[in-house]
Amino acid sequence: MSDSVSPPADPIKPRDGLLTRFLKATELDTRLIGMVGALALIWVGFHLYGALVNNFGAFLTPRNLWNLSVQTSSIGIMATGMVLVIVTRHIDLSVGSILGFCAVVMGMLQVYILPPILGLGHPMIWIIAVVAGMVTGACVGALQGALIAYLKIPAFIVTLGGLLVWRGTGFLIARGETISPVDPTFALLGGGPYGAIGATGSWIVGALACIGIVALSLNGRRQRRKFKFALRPVWADVFLAVLACGVAIGAVLLVNSYPWPKGIVRQYAQREGIKVPEEGIFISHGFAIPVLILITVGILMTILMNRTRFGRYVFAIGGNPEAAELAGINTRMMTVKIFAMMGFLAGLSAVVASARLNSATNALGTLDELYVIAAAVIGGTSLAGGIGTIYGAILGALVMQSLQTGMVLIGFDAAIQQVVVGSVLVLAVYLDILYRGKSK
Amino acid sequence: METEMTDRSGTPLVELRDISIAFGGIKAVDRVSVDLYPGEVVGVLGHNGAGKSTLIKCLSGAYQADSGEIFVNGEKAVIKNPRDARSYNIETIYQTLALADNLDAASNLFLGRELVTRLGFVDDAQMEAETRKIMYRLNPNFKNFASPVSALSGGQRQSVAIARAVYFNARILIMDEPTAALGPQETKMVGELIAELKRQGLGIFLISHDIHDVMELCDRISVMKNGQLVGTENVADVTDDDILGMIILGKKPERVA
Repeated sequence: MSDSVSPPADPIKPRDGLLTRFLKATELDTRLIGMVGALALIWVGFHLYGALVNNFGAFLTPRNLWNLSVQTSSIGIMATGMVLVIVTRHIDLSVGSILGFCAVVMGMLQVYILPPILGLGHPMIWIIAVVAGMVTGACVGALQGALIAYLKIPAFIVTLGGLLVWRGTGFLIARGETISPVDPTFALLGGGPYGAIGATGSWIVGALACIGIVALSLNGRRQRRKFKFALRPVWADVFLAVLACGVAIGAVLLVNSYPWPKGIVRQYAQREGIKVPEEGIFISHGFAIPVLILITVGILMTILMNRTRFGRYVFAIGGNPEAAELAGINTRMMTVKIFAMMGFLAGLSAVVASARLNSATNALGTLDELYVIAAAVIGGTSLAGGIGTIYGAILGALVMQSLQTGMVLIGFDAAIQQVVVGSVLVLAVYLDILYRGKSK
Repeated sequence: METEMTDRSGTPLVELRDISIAFGGIKAVDRVSVDLYPGEVVGVLGHNGAGKSTLIKCLSGAYQADSGEIFVNGEKAVIKNPRDARSYNIETIYQTLALADNLDAASNLFLGRELVTRLGFVDDAQMEAETRKIMYRLNPNFKNFASPVSALSGGQRQSVAIARAVYFNARILIMDEPTAALGPQETKMVGELIAELKRQGLGIFLISHDIHDVMELCDRISVMKNGQLVGTENVADVTDDDILGMIILGKKPERVA
């Protein structure tokens, strides 16, 4: 009967090997394990290559990994939105241009328009600029979405047009100039020593993450018990929680072990009137603000995709657009919203990217669309639609960035980097096809 | 057939009056009227391209008729999209099943009508529990709740599509070729289900090719040819040959006075 404990869909069989049993008990996604494995391989590979060939393994150092996390942020933020776009069988080629356009709009606001009105350094300047940038992105996205949904122009064409239009519009507004320097508070959103939250802040973030992980785990068990679904073995839940907390704490230790450079410390000490001892002061960077933005975006987008009707409809449209329409879903409005969301995230990426450079230029984000799409696809988003995860896209962005950073560190030049990144993209998609074929 | 005569003295549950719809100059449906009473199964028959699916899609909200009117319980109904149809308790089981293959059974069953928690998040656990309940009633062999429906057999997918229509207390059920893709066992299951729903007072439009199915399950048949209605007959009054004549030749059976 329905009120008896039902068996799990895939029960553990006594003849299963140890690994199979482990995977079934923990219900871990094998794709996730594969991606983490690939990432580990890349990291260790570059480190060893550096150690053997250049006598210095520069990859697995707090400094490099911290920088890697910051560099991943901009692409990662957009990749989460690209998942929604690709899952619904569309594509957005305009994100890099939207980023550049939004950056120019924000740059103009905070350098030329707002200071004369509010006064230079007014605390509202960066807030208005950020909001304006993201609203601009959302409007551009919504406009493109409306063309796709209501005028039935293919997304490929609309966003290919957008790629040119927004880059050109940005150039016209900025008259081709580089706009700098941006507002000092705004600049913190791009990272750097001051744009990081320090050791104590990072521990607080780490502690919150652990509390969240444990709460999720307990809540999951409670839900399953409430509806009498099969529970994971206790050891599996404990293992997953400990592993996740371990990753969180490991990340905190890592970012806290990367100190401010001596020059910044001296500057800071001078301003604060602290005397710097002979051996210097160890001030941790801690998590960079753009990384925290990426993590927040990742969590919110995951909730959106997995826990809301909106997300459910995104997947339904990707799986069978006709069925979604027949189920009463307003698929056209959904398309507008999805592209508006993509534009919004491109605007947020523009904040991070221009803050990091401390300037806004029309060329910002050039070729980003390709990296963003590649990140989403490497992260397991199917171009056929219906399948994709947010964490996959963020990991995909990390893989792309790791490859690039790694090749820079070991001294490959730009041409080889392009060859490698392009080949990896094709290879990743091929492996994905193999994986899907097998798991059927 | 052994089924008792349906009482057709009251107001019809649904009435399609003079429905016409054209695609690019071709009249797919041309001034067709059909009706359906509570507890009745009306078969809609015809060749491929006769217009039966098109007609019925005007009722399910997938298409909008160019002209003609729809009455539900005697009142004029405005059905512009599938959502409107659902608000009149009209549920449709499409021939293609209209399932999102990448989602599991529960997500498909509740698609467009998700159960949500107090905070407005989709309540997957609650939906799966409800799905388990209804599937136990419809198809006790159904166990695969975690997989996407692409991993299910034809019969299981059909059960999901039927469960979706039944769960939300349909008053009017449209079944488009419900047994086309099924084996004999599963076809029998669908037949039993139709009888059960009939007893509960639902009205069912059954679109089918299969004369045998129709003779067994329907009270009346409406036959279409080239977009026009050939005629509507009581199943008890006609033979297989009469129906074939209507479908193939578009000829109304001669009355044995």
